[in-house]
Amino acid sequence: MPTLIDRETVKKMVQQGAQLVEVLPKEEYMEDHLPRALSHPLKELDREAGEIDRNRPVIVYCWDSA
Amino acid sequence: MAPRAAARLETLGFDKVHEYRAGKLDWLAAGLPTEGENNNCPRAGDASRKDVTVSRLTDRLGDVRDRVRAAGLELSVVVDAEGVVLGMLWPKQLELDPNLTAEQAMRPGPSTYRPYVPIKEMADHLVEKGHESVPITTSDGKLVGVLYKSDAVRLAASATACVRKMITSSSAS
Repeated sequence: MPTLIDRETVKKMVQQGAQLVEVLPKEEYMEDHLPRALSHPLKELDREAGEIDRNRPVIVYCWDSA
Repeated sequence: MAPRAAARLETLGFDKVHEYRAGKLDWLAAGLPTEGENNNCPRAGDASRKDVTVSRLTDRLGDVRDRVRAAGLELSVVVDAEGVVLGMLWPKQLELDPNLTAEQAMRPGPSTYRPYVPIKEMADHLVEKGHESVPITTSDGKLVGVLYKSDAVRLAASATACVRKMITSSSAS
């Protein structure tokens, strides 16, 4: 099961080397995204998963819990 | 969307998957920096005045009024110990009996807006609704500042338009 984390934990984990992945459509990523986040839209995730480092923690996010 | 992405990554063999479920809205609402095309677009939080007079529920209204006038302002935001907005003392309330408490005089439960709303959108909204000023708060209700219509309209005149409309049920409450 993925671990649910809050904002403060996101900051801490990113500082420690975790990868932030925004899974919204690319155009929404282009408008606004968290600092240093990568764009891997959900619909492209299967194809692009190879670009994500499996050895580092991954934090995924979208707009909210929807 | 993020829950499904997290689940898919796990089924693809990733074993260190975390989900920031509160997501981008939570980040923006906290006034934290972002990257992207909207970075050059002023937002409600940037334009809000931070030097507003705050008061507590038990403050005597007459004392609040003195502080407000000494600061050259015309309103006070009533907050709790954590800075969560509980009510507003608009000019009309500030003229009530000075021996009332802020709690007795305030207008409770004011509409609040999130700091990430683009200034052009806020300006249009304030003009349409006829609000002279509104409190800007984080998603957990803590005061960021007060946005005046006059400031919003002035800044909107020269502001870059943001792409997305952001006044929704989650950005105004």
